[in-house]
Amino acid sequence: MNISEMTALEIGAAIKEGKLTATEAAEQVLDAAEKGNDKVNAYITICREQALKRAAEVQKKIESGELTSPLAGVPFSVKDNICTKGIKTSCASKILGDFAPVYNATVIQKLEDAGAVIIGKLNMDEFAMGSTSETSYYGAVKNPWDLNRVPGGSSGGSAAAVAGNMAAVTLGSDTGGSIRQPASYCGVTGFKPTYGTVSRYGLIAYASSLDQIGPVARDAADCAAVMDIISGKDSMDGTSLEMDYPSYLASLTGDIKGMKIGMPKECYSNSGLNAEVAGKTKAAAKVLEEAGAVVEEISLPFLDYVIPAYYIIAAAEASSNLSRFDGVKYGFRSENYSGLNDLYCASRSEGFGKEVKKRILLGTFVLSSGYYDAYYRKALKVKSVIKKQFDEIFSGYDLILCPVAPTTAPEIGKSLSDPMAMYLSDIFTVSVNIAGLPGISVPCGKDSSGMPVGVQLIGPALGDVNVLNAAFAYQQRTDYHKQFTEVQ
Amino acid sequence: MTITKEIVEYAAALSRLKLDDAETEDMQKQMSAIVDYMDVLNKLDTENVEPLSHVFSISNVMREDEVVPSYDREALLDNAPERNEECFVVPKTVE
Repeated sequence: MNISEMTALEIGAAIKEGKLTATEAAEQVLDAAEKGNDKVNAYITICREQALKRAAEVQKKIESGELTSPLAGVPFSVKDNICTKGIKTSCASKILGDFAPVYNATVIQKLEDAGAVIIGKLNMDEFAMGSTSETSYYGAVKNPWDLNRVPGGSSGGSAAAVAGNMAAVTLGSDTGGSIRQPASYCGVTGFKPTYGTVSRYGLIAYASSLDQIGPVARDAADCAAVMDIISGKDSMDGTSLEMDYPSYLASLTGDIKGMKIGMPKECYSNSGLNAEVAGKTKAAAKVLEEAGAVVEEISLPFLDYVIPAYYIIAAAEASSNLSRFDGVKYGFRSENYSGLNDLYCASRSEGFGKEVKKRILLGTFVLSSGYYDAYYRKALKVKSVIKKQFDEIFSGYDLILCPVAPTTAPEIGKSLSDPMAMYLSDIFTVSVNIAGLPGISVPCGKDSSGMPVGVQLIGPALGDVNVLNAAFAYQQRTDYHKQFTEVQ
Repeated sequence: MTITKEIVEYAAALSRLKLDDAETEDMQKQMSAIVDYMDVLNKLDTENVEPLSHVFSISNVMREDEVVPSYDREALLDNAPERNEECFVVPKTVE
């Protein structure tokens, strides 16, 4: 049985029905990952030996009835900023060297307990800082739809691996769009859950108040199946929410009759928005309308302020979070230093890449005495305004629909030469993180050069099920998520 | 506002980063462009707005003080660039 174009749920079902073993599934994904990686560079580490050993154990437990999860035996791949016990976790940075965590992130432990099998660790922008997956110490990731283009970022490896059939389902992380934007560029489905519904324990921190782990998969149902496993209160993450978690997969009915969806006019009047992207996402709204949703134009008055507020908050938190990398406890240590302070300085200067250094400096600046009020405190006030305006919108609407990114995937090398333009490309995604909301990117067509376009659905905090269900309803009526590419 | 060479050097010193002259100049240029753009926030009146750190109301997380096993010292030290039997090794700090 060839699983290359099957969803994770289909693979899980086939294993349960005895049409396929967990070992065969792992072998196929490992082969595809190894074969495609020369071109796509989606993986930093592929763990064949461990994966096959695990798959054999899991297969026995599935046969004995000990493992019953719909994803038991399913191969999965993980962004390299999520800690995996004994498996190198690099954050795509030189500074982590060959660091192999002594513990599993909570999401990894939960997936392993459910019987999923780790295939490897996925490439990304260094420390998840970037929108193109070009800043990796391990080289740029390529978009499987066109190897001259970026896959988006920072979870570029997660999206490219699914798009290139080099992974069945993956985990990414989303701080300002890092799951949704690469999913859009690669024509796959990426879900960013409400802040606090998935534990961040074991996620190497970039901006802790914005970071959230989520799935990148073939469709919304796979995302929901992953959420059923990884969501939940975790005592190891103080911000994880104590509540009754829904059954995500079981909630997908496809019924969206009467659902009220708002389309922000400011997104569509944005001068950077490509006409084809505008057209495809409007067509997606039509599909939802035909399925019974009520679509109306709304206003997002804060859109001009989201990028500066985001970069101030993210850089500030990054400068603090990344101070732990000192060349002492793990990872890279410079060979050229004199004394302790110089050991820190030399190790950090040689270990961090340029984009990371820039954000550390920026964050240090906005937090420094004399500038704190003008920048950091101001950004937190803007955050308050953004949250309040979202609350007002969601008092009248169930979801917001807008593009994920203003354009389709740019060519490699184009974005980093104009960093301001790269930052602006996050304009439709960052507000979701600022307000802690759930959002999904769903493939909704191709532009004239054949590159995928994604549409974004955003819900109120804890409206995750509605977001997934609307995406599910859309995918019941379209086949853009079933279009595949061969890595040439 | 203008990001001066001195601001970049001060931020670099606080962040334990060493920049050569070319890097300092480049960072100065890039940070100036970003900070200029950030000044757009001044157009938004936030006079009577309270800053918001957490989107959900959060409270102190309390737990019983129970003794649980911690990570194995040998496994932790194994990741260190330089170590001895039971410690991380760093250059001498007190003369």
